[in-house]
Amino acid sequence: MEDIKDLVRKYVISEYLDEGDEITYDTPLISSGIVDSFSMVSLLVFLENKFKIKIPPQKATPEAFDSVNKIVALVNEYINK
Amino acid sequence: MSNFGLYEDRVKNFSWSIAEEELEYRQGNVLNIGWYCSDRICLKGKAEKTALIYEGFGGIRKVYSFNDIRLAGNTIGNFLRSIGIVNEDRVCLFMDRIPELYLSFLGVLKIGAIVQPLFSAFGEESLFVRLENAQTRAIITQSKHLSKVRKIIDKLPHLEFIIVADHNKSKKLENREMAFSLQESEPVEHLEIYPTKAETPSVLHYTSGTTGLPKGVKHVHYSLIAQYLTSKWVLDLQDDDIYWCTADPGWVTGTSYGIIGPWSLGITQCVLDSGFSAQAWYKFIQDNKITMWYSAPTAIRSLMRAGDEIVKEFNLSSLRHLASVGEPLNSEAVIWSMKVFGKPFHDTFWQTETGCIMITNFPGMRVKPGSMGRPFPGITGVVLDPKKYEPITETGKIGLIAFRPGWPSMMRGYWNNEEKYKNKFINGWYLSGDRSTIDNEGYFWFIGRDDDVINTGGHLVSPFEVESALLEHPAVAESAVVAKPDEINMEVVKAFITLKPGFTPGPDLELEIMNFVRKKLSSIAMPQAVEFMEKIPKTRSGKIMRRLLHAKEWGEEIGDISTLEND
Repeated sequence: MEDIKDLVRKYVISEYLDEGDEITYDTPLISSGIVDSFSMVSLLVFLENKFKIKIPPQKATPEAFDSVNKIVALVNEYINK
Repeated sequence: MSNFGLYEDRVKNFSWSIAEEELEYRQGNVLNIGWYCSDRICLKGKAEKTALIYEGFGGIRKVYSFNDIRLAGNTIGNFLRSIGIVNEDRVCLFMDRIPELYLSFLGVLKIGAIVQPLFSAFGEESLFVRLENAQTRAIITQSKHLSKVRKIIDKLPHLEFIIVADHNKSKKLENREMAFSLQESEPVEHLEIYPTKAETPSVLHYTSGTTGLPKGVKHVHYSLIAQYLTSKWVLDLQDDDIYWCTADPGWVTGTSYGIIGPWSLGITQCVLDSGFSAQAWYKFIQDNKITMWYSAPTAIRSLMRAGDEIVKEFNLSSLRHLASVGEPLNSEAVIWSMKVFGKPFHDTFWQTETGCIMITNFPGMRVKPGSMGRPFPGITGVVLDPKKYEPITETGKIGLIAFRPGWPSMMRGYWNNEEKYKNKFINGWYLSGDRSTIDNEGYFWFIGRDDDVINTGGHLVSPFEVESALLEHPAVAESAVVAKPDEINMEVVKAFITLKPGFTPGPDLELEIMNFVRKKLSSIAMPQAVEFMEKIPKTRSGKIMRRLLHAKEWGEEIGDISTLEND
C-alpha cells in the first residue's frame, strides 16, 4: 500500500511539479490546477503501465484523480481484478 | 427582454456606427481599449461598481471595483513606462488567471504597447517560438513559470525585462529579472494615456496553422467596436449581470470576451483560477449568482459526464443566458443544458483572426441544436465552392466558410508574415479554414476543418509543431500527427512514430514521448495516443500523407492513394 502511494507521489512530483516543490498524499491535484485535464491522460497511462491495470474511461474522472490518496484508492480497485 | 431584438430588424438597420455612438467615439479621435475598459466606466459614474471577482484555489477571493482596475492599470502602465517600455513594444503576459493578468492587460494598452498574452501552460519551446517571432521586449510572469523563461532567455536577445509579479524574496532573481508587486506599489492616480488611434496595434495572439510556426495575429484598438457590440447583443450583457467567461486570456476568447467586451460595457465579471471540477464550477455559479455564462463545449461535455444529479445540489437559478465557443457545440449538449439548466447554450463561431463573434444563435432567436446560428448583422458570411471560391447558393451543400473583410475586429495581419496573411484571402473573401453547410433559413451547420489543424478542447494545435517536437526525442526517427476523435474534447492529438535503430516500442516509451511533448510544448499538444509504425505513409515526393492516417482514425474512406510511396 505504502509502495503504491510513494510511487504515485514521486511520479507526480517529478513530472508535474517544479524543482523543490512538494505535495502530500492529500494535496488536490486536479482542482488545484497542478495536473490539468489533458495531462491527466499521461498520469493515467503511467498508472496503467506501472500497475498493469486497465482503468475504464468513465472511472478516470477529475474527482478520482484529485489526490494521491484518491488515485491509490482507484488503482486498488483494479489491481487485483 | 434581450438587448438584441429581432434579427431581421437588426440586419436591416445595421451599422457599426451604433457602437461608435454608444462609445462616444468619433473617427480620428484617440481610441484606447485600456482607457475605455476602466477610466471611461469610472467617468460614467460606475467607479465603485465591482469590475472583477477573483477566486483562486483554496478559497482566495479578491474583489476589484472599476476604480481599482483603473488605478491598477495606471500603476502597471507607469511601471512599464519607467523601465523604458514604449508604444508598440511587445509585452508578453505569461501568467495563470490571477488578477495581475487582467490588470496588466489594461496597463500595457494604456501606454500604447502591444499585449502578447500567452497560455501559462505552454512549455519552453512553445514560449520561445512566440517570443522570438514577436521580438518581445518584456514579459510579465509569476515565480512558478520563471524556470521556463530561464531555459530560453539566452536565445532571446530582444527580451530585456522579465518582470515577476509575485516574487517571493526567498528566490534570487537573475539577469534581466525584476520584481514588481502591485500590492506594494503606490497607486498611480493619473497616467498619461498614450494617444492610440483606431488602427494602432493592440493585441497579438498566436494561433497554429497546418504548416510552419505559430502565427501572431495582429489586432488593433478599433476591434473594441465589434467586441463591445457583440458582447451586448450576442452575450446579451446587461448592467446588473454577473458574467463568467471561463476562457483563459492566453486565447482570444479570454481577451475579447474575458476582458474587453464586458469591461467596455461596465459589467461585473468573475474569474475562477483553479482546475476543473463540476462541483467547483456549480458552486462558483451559485456563490457568485452568475447570470451570464460563456463557456466551451469541452467543459459542457465534462459537466454532462459528471451527471444530472450533481446539478440539483446547487442553486443555479441566477443563470439567465448561456453561450459556448471554441469548437462546434453538439446538439446533445444543447438539449442537455435545456434539461438541467432550463435554457440552451447558444453556440458562437469565430476565430482568433476574426476577433469577434461572426456566426451565432442569438438571444431570443430559435436555437437549432447543433447549428452554429446565423451571421452577426454587418457580417457577410457565406460558404464558398472549394474549387471556384464563389458563394454556394444551394442549401445544404458543403463549402468553405468565408467572410467579406471589413468588420472592425478583423486581424490586420500576421506578425512578420505578409505572405500567409495574403493567402487567407481569395476573390475578396476571408477564408476561415472551416467547412459548413447553410440551411434554408440561413443557419450554418459546421462540418469540419479544411486543413490538418487539430481542434482539441477548443484549442488549435499544429500537427507540424508536434511533429517537430517529436523529432527532437532521441528515439524518434519519423513522426506524423493527426486528430483522433474524442468524446469530451472533440479531437485529441495522436502521433504515429517510427523509431531509430536500437529503440523498442512499448508502453514506457509511449509515456516518455507523451511527457516529452507535454513539457516542450504544452499539455494540449501532448499526444494522447502514440502508435508505433514500421513506416510512415508518404507521397513519392516524400510528403507525409496525414490524410491517410486521419481517415484511419475517423473510419473514413481513404480516397486516392495513387501518389503513395511504394517500397
